[in-house]
Amino acid sequence: MEDKNKIQYIYGIADNALILGQRLSELCGHGPNLETDIAMTNMALDLLGQTRSYYQYVAQLSGEGKTEDDIAFLRIEREYKNVLLVEQPNTHFGYVIVRQFFFDIFHLLLLEKLQNSEDDTLAAIAKKSIKEVSYHQRFSSDWIKRLGDGTEESHQKVQEAVNHLWEYTDELFHSTDDDKIAVENKVGVNTLDLKEKYYQKLREVLEEATLDIPETKWFKKGGKQGVHTEYMGYLLADLQYMQRTYPNMKW
Amino acid sequence: MKNNWPLWEVFVRSKNGLEHRHFGSIHAADAEMALENARDVYTRRNEGVSIWVVESKHITASNPQNNGELFEPAQDKIYRHPTFYTLPDEVKHM
Repeated sequence: MEDKNKIQYIYGIADNALILGQRLSELCGHGPNLETDIAMTNMALDLLGQTRSYYQYVAQLSGEGKTEDDIAFLRIEREYKNVLLVEQPNTHFGYVIVRQFFFDIFHLLLLEKLQNSEDDTLAAIAKKSIKEVSYHQRFSSDWIKRLGDGTEESHQKVQEAVNHLWEYTDELFHSTDDDKIAVENKVGVNTLDLKEKYYQKLREVLEEATLDIPETKWFKKGGKQGVHTEYMGYLLADLQYMQRTYPNMKW
Repeated sequence: MKNNWPLWEVFVRSKNGLEHRHFGSIHAADAEMALENARDVYTRRNEGVSIWVVESKHITASNPQNNGELFEPAQDKIYRHPTFYTLPDEVKHM
């Protein structure tokens, strides 16, 4: 497998972690209470830590003297290959939890397979990340149940978030050409194999949370091709501001 | 929201510690959430291997006004203080 294809495959995984990490870090100091604020900031740090491992590997593969910072901060919008789900805004706490839940279930299934990748670096990163993501899944699943089976207001708000974000779930299982090459070379995971288990797990938790499962068959897509929603530009402006304004600045 | 959640006391056994020690307190709606909140607030940097949480209302505390009678025995009974023998180095955790 050529490195240029592998790099694109890695972006498809790593950019999800970066963008969701950025979204969660926006909540630092703005969580509903101290405990939840810290929990979400912890998850942001976990995801950014994972992102660094992937980008360091990309930097090494690209061989152009690039650093992980160049990759994180200096790409243009179309070059980010995250799914649309993770860039959706923190509309309210219900959205934050549903977005997290929809992603965590997928993320864990993906990493469990990725740890068997024939690419040793990717396998090692996956293995290391599984513990963290297991906790994310536990946290978000618990909160889905609390909010869904909580008060009338929390139920209604989290149901609204489920209904809205549901149409972003199918994209998790789309494959780009680079994904297909990665699967053929036993580097990548065929996400279609995860789909049945994913929706089964979603249904289990949503039912326990007394939430309705949306019936829509219409799904949004585009992120994996670099075509993002209107929110992405603002997110990147925040994310990239320091490096763009003060090039090469360091901590 | 926070005001509705009861207070919980958090006890953590650290990696090399033998006993759980009081780390602080958190708010949570129930025991399960208390455990997760305690994990997030107090053990995210590898501090612990085990967590206990107990709702603060279940703790019965001594009254500071009674400190005299509880904690200040007369100092002239020196035979009550273990100062007349040396502890061998091999004895740990005293």
